Amino acid sequence: MELKLFGVAKDIIGSNKLSITAEDFATVGELKQWLSQQYPKLQQLRSVAVAVNSEYAEDNQSLQNAYEIALIPPVSGG
Amino acid sequence: MLIRIVDNINLAEAYQYLQSPTSGAVNLFVGTVRNHSHGKEVVKLVFEAYEVMALKEMHKIAVAAQEKWILDKIVMIHAVGEKLPGEAVVITGASSVHRKAAFEACEFLIDELKKTVPIWKHEFFKDNSVWVNAHP
Repeated sequence: MELKLFGVAKDIIGSNKLSITAEDFATVGELKQWLSQQYPKLQQLRSVAVAVNSEYAEDNQSLQNAYEIALIPPVSGG
Repeated sequence: MLIRIVDNINLAEAYQYLQSPTSGAVNLFVGTVRNHSHGKEVVKLVFEAYEVMALKEMHKIAVAAQEKWILDKIVMIHAVGEKLPGEAVVITGASSVHRKAAFEACEFLIDELKKTVPIWKHEFFKDNSVWVNAHP
């Protein structure tokens, strides 16, 4: 499945999407941990959230019924 | 409520939506591009949104405002793409019977938008660029 990337996260990872296998990660927290190991620069950000099906997700949330996942670096609208 | 992500902000459209014979107050906040930041000249801003989620989050904020104040109408519009100094990038607005509710709701709408709505601001200077707020 596709992980959508935005803003500074898109620059760090070098693409606007990343192909992942949701089954490889039991929870949002596991996905975040894997990403921060693969892309250590993500650790320097003020925050990194994950949205599942376009809603903010907690670390303990399952990815089982996810049809859309996005990485949300610190927002700066307005 | 009028909630949109657009290429170009239309102030007249926002005002037209908000005003009505039952309202005694229309309050609009317009956020614009400032030509300086941290002592440097800003050349342009480029806004990016996770549109489907941004609209959902804006809707939640508008609903929260309706629960806090008695409002006639609410507007939240954010622009995406390249914006030059002076250009409008965001509008929040509310109309109500008396001015106090519209003033307070309008400020609440923009304050909350800045906290949770997945929109990102890329600030361009003459020699470099930064994603605003990305790093501590």
